[in-house]
Amino acid sequence: MVAMSEIGVNSPMDRPGDRSTRARLLGVCLAVLLALVVVFSLTTGASGINAVEVIAGWLRGEQMASRDVIILWQIRLPRTLTGIAVGASLAVSGALMQGLFRNPLADPGIIGVSAGAGLGAIGAIVLGGMLPVALRDAASIYLVPIAAFFGAWLSMLLLYRIATRQGRTSVAMMLLAGIALAALAGAFSGMMIFIADDAQLRDLTFWGLGSLGGATWPKVATAYVIMTPALICALFLTRGLNGLALGEAGAFHIGIPVQRVKILAILCVGAATGAAVAVSGGIGFVGIVVPHLLRLMSGPDHRFLIPNAALLGASLLLIADVIARVIMAPAELPIGIITAVLGGPFFLWILLRQRGVLDM
Amino acid sequence: MIRLSLGSIFSLFVIFLAAPHADEQPSRIVSLGGSVTEIVYALGEGDRLVARDTTSNYPPEANDLPDVGYIRRLSAEGVLSVDPDLILAEEGAGPPEVVAQLHQAGVPMVDVVETPTVEAIREKILTVGKALGMEADAKTLADKVMQDLETALETPVSAEKRVLFVLSMQGGRIMASGQDTAADGMIELVGATNAMEGFSGYKTVTGEAVIAAAPDVILMMDRSGDHAMANDDLFAHPAIATTPAGENRAVIRMDGMRLLGFSVRTPEAAQELIAALNGLGS
Repeated sequence: MVAMSEIGVNSPMDRPGDRSTRARLLGVCLAVLLALVVVFSLTTGASGINAVEVIAGWLRGEQMASRDVIILWQIRLPRTLTGIAVGASLAVSGALMQGLFRNPLADPGIIGVSAGAGLGAIGAIVLGGMLPVALRDAASIYLVPIAAFFGAWLSMLLLYRIATRQGRTSVAMMLLAGIALAALAGAFSGMMIFIADDAQLRDLTFWGLGSLGGATWPKVATAYVIMTPALICALFLTRGLNGLALGEAGAFHIGIPVQRVKILAILCVGAATGAAVAVSGGIGFVGIVVPHLLRLMSGPDHRFLIPNAALLGASLLLIADVIARVIMAPAELPIGIITAVLGGPFFLWILLRQRGVLDM
Repeated sequence: MIRLSLGSIFSLFVIFLAAPHADEQPSRIVSLGGSVTEIVYALGEGDRLVARDTTSNYPPEANDLPDVGYIRRLSAEGVLSVDPDLILAEEGAGPPEVVAQLHQAGVPMVDVVETPTVEAIREKILTVGKALGMEADAKTLADKVMQDLETALETPVSAEKRVLFVLSMQGGRIMASGQDTAADGMIELVGATNAMEGFSGYKTVTGEAVIAAAPDVILMMDRSGDHAMANDDLFAHPAIATTPAGENRAVIRMDGMRLLGFSVRTPEAAQELIAALNGLGS
């Protein structure tokens, strides 16, 4: 960081308060970090196989042990790709929500996505057995992710309808209605928990703690089809969100289409977080810690914050996932535990340092 | 020359001996589910296990094996990392995506039935025996377990006993067993009555329901700790205190896996439970 700030100071483009050079450099560093982490994720796991050797052997046309190939192509690669998408989605969603609500504590859960997804997943786990056989077979192992995704969307659209009057979405209304909706979803989830049997209860608990395990190619493909457009769309919202920092009226007067920015941001977050929660369950903290960290390092400009959040979110989630699958090997720890254990103290440290309580 | 040919004959011999064994008999087995692991050890084949799940904690040797985690939350790479050639699993191993990945990796998986009935014990033993290529031994073991169970059940529970199985008492809330559980199966097996009726599975019940159930005895899983103290807590519960079990301070604690496993130790467990129930009356 020291080196980077020196470069910032010496840069000819430097103006007081302008941290764009620094943010750009940070972006490059984060891209390099992500590349390293991806290699790390592909080469690390409970089994001792080395991805580099497997690929080198494949390039040399050697006959490979089929199990190594399966571990690499069917287990580690889809898992790593899922981790990138989920981490990026959660971090970008967090940054979008914090920008939209102009509140550093906003996270994707604020628009009801998490509560809705949770209710959908719990419903599918507990009531899945009651569905008509044809429908259950069609959904097969994807029943829970599908239900979680639709739950997320339904609750998000409902909140949007409630908070929108005469073509204007009230952010405060959304916040309050979101709390009511979360309580309601919690009640229904509680009902499901009551009628669930033991095995289902354990499934529910583990779902809530999140995991990238069980990432399959169809899941990866579906997740990318939903998340990629949402993340690309987020890049077009950056100026709008910068404008919103002035407040809604201020943004409107400098020519920001405020309502359109709101709708797009909500749709992006719904798609990205909905899909992320659907494939990985509940993974906390990424959506808050990552944007915060970046704001401290390179300022609140969304033009850099959003892409950098995607890179850092993906890296952090992959690191957490590697820890999750190695630390208890051959068993696997839920990733939500890792992100919270790493994220919690780290977040506190940032806060205390920021307030000058700690000098380290 | 001679040494060389002797050596090659010897190595051919070794290959000849080893080949059918390696082809037909799985020797690197992952056992998922406490009851399955017990059966593998009871068949004397514990040394063929390379990993187990969290619930497999008997016999004590099983604890030395690497733990692949909770049976419904397996990690595909974790399981594959022990290089298994067979997975023996109680019903409900998962998540389904991971099971599919294990399939893809070409590891055969044998599902073992998991219902709390006597017939299921026999079926479990035979299934495991077949997977291990030891049908004859499995049949002998199954017959022995059935015989032992019959012997154990010859001594009846002397008087009608209403048993309340308490799974946990977290914060004074009693989680009791209704129907369709291993605890219910075990209570019925020894000829006692499950005091709690009208729901299936383990559920939190109200104090009034406990009083209405009027259990003669509380059955619990044994957890290490100060039992006397725990009994004081148990019988201090206002609802339990008013039941016949509370008045007589009648509680039976048994090892959870032995009591509820429905496996090779079930005869033992049945005998212990009957003895404990009969001991209470006197």
